Amino acid sequence: MADKLTVDEVADQMYKMVADSQGQKKLKPGDLTKAVKEVYGDKVDRKLCKDAIRSLIESGRCVYTYFGGSYIELPHREGAAND
Amino acid sequence: MADQLPNTPMLDELEKGKWPSFVKEIKTAAAKNDMSKDLLGILEKSYNEKIGHWKHGGIVGVLGYGGGVIGRYCDVPEEFPGVSHFHTMRINMPAAWFYTSEALRTIADIWERHGSGLTNMHGSTGDIILLGTTTDELEPTFQELAQAGFDIGGSGSDLRTPSCCNGMARCEWACYDTMKACYHMTMHFQDELHRPAFPYKYKFKFAGCPNDCVASIARADMSFIGVWRDEIQIDQDKVKEHVDNGVDIINDVILRCPGQCMHWDGKKLEIEDEYCRHCMHCINVLNKGLKPGKDRGCMILIGSKAPIVEGAQLSSVLVPFIKMEEPYDEIKDLVERIWDIWCEEGKARERVGEFIQRVGLGNFLEAIEVEPLPEMIAHPRENPYVFYEEYYEEGDDDEEEEEEE
Repeated sequence: MADKLTVDEVADQMYKMVADSQGQKKLKPGDLTKAVKEVYGDKVDRKLCKDAIRSLIESGRCVYTYFGGSYIELPHREGAAND
Repeated sequence: MADQLPNTPMLDELEKGKWPSFVKEIKTAAAKNDMSKDLLGILEKSYNEKIGHWKHGGIVGVLGYGGGVIGRYCDVPEEFPGVSHFHTMRINMPAAWFYTSEALRTIADIWERHGSGLTNMHGSTGDIILLGTTTDELEPTFQELAQAGFDIGGSGSDLRTPSCCNGMARCEWACYDTMKACYHMTMHFQDELHRPAFPYKYKFKFAGCPNDCVASIARADMSFIGVWRDEIQIDQDKVKEHVDNGVDIINDVILRCPGQCMHWDGKKLEIEDEYCRHCMHCINVLNKGLKPGKDRGCMILIGSKAPIVEGAQLSSVLVPFIKMEEPYDEIKDLVERIWDIWCEEGKARERVGEFIQRVGLGNFLEAIEVEPLPEMIAHPRENPYVFYEEYYEEGDDDEEEEEEE
């Protein structure tokens, strides 16, 4: 079996995906997990992806958002927010 | 803070009468803060214009969590600055909503310091709902609540705050310890509760008996309903006592039995338990004379939901009987298998019940490695979902065609 990636490596890959799609498509945590699995195959598993997402959120590099469902995005000024 | 409350003739109408009024409550809160004052104003405006002035969703939350805060803003902030931000916080309630009065005062005090002071006790999922605060106050509120022993509940595409009836704490019909099961599962699935990772929401509800006081069969993606698998316990003397005291056992019990499995000869009640559908009606009516059986556990059902994206669904049987004993490993394992396939194949905003309808129960069962059983039906003794191939032999279709000819 292939060597597993580290949490940081997966988090970096996920961050790149979120950044690339920012403003064009909102990604759900499941979308990121599927996309990373597609790229790295059995070098990643669901638990590793969960840890990577948690690391992204807790470091503040990404945030959860809600628009009918939950998504992961880069921190940005709330579109609906009032000053 | 302005001294006067806004002029609200339409809302004032809803204060009249002898029943509690939400207008009165908001006015009481408005005496202490601008948020509630402007809430009155914007509501009166909505009543006049027949249009809502709220926007919801977005980015707000507390650090590290993806659930528990529902962002809410008004679209007329210049007119009502007090409700420019009016976020909702969902707080995980204790199992079966048991509080000390001191705990309630603590929550109320925290909310008066950081929010509007208004609350729903409780939301339809069961959480403590704290209504109305600003983005800046979310984290301080969360920290104070955490110090008082409370945590944020679920929202968005995550495991929603599990809820249960008060089971063995106050009810003689409980077939398993709902509160222990609810607490245990809440603790075990903390990550899923706080970090949305599903296609859409997922709800657990634990009901101690088929009376289903938490309405799990209508509202939980996964319902855990207490049942028994042996015979209903009968105390013939007490049954007779009910009858002597005026219970019309024929019309109110025997003829209302959905399984038609009860007989009364004027002295003795007999039940053919193999036909019992566990509806609880006879036990509820003859509550001194009948009790659930002694071999108790729980039935797991799957797939109910309220109508949001698609129509409402009731849940249907997944596991006819399972003993509810710690550490609930079998159940946790089943839950994980369901989440695996649903997360992999489910569409965005597709509840697990809709997912099952789309892929078919047979395929779903195969994916979660559960054998189909005759009890997996939409209604008792009706329309099984599963097609049993072994009941058909080659040539059956030909024979039917020949008969038709």
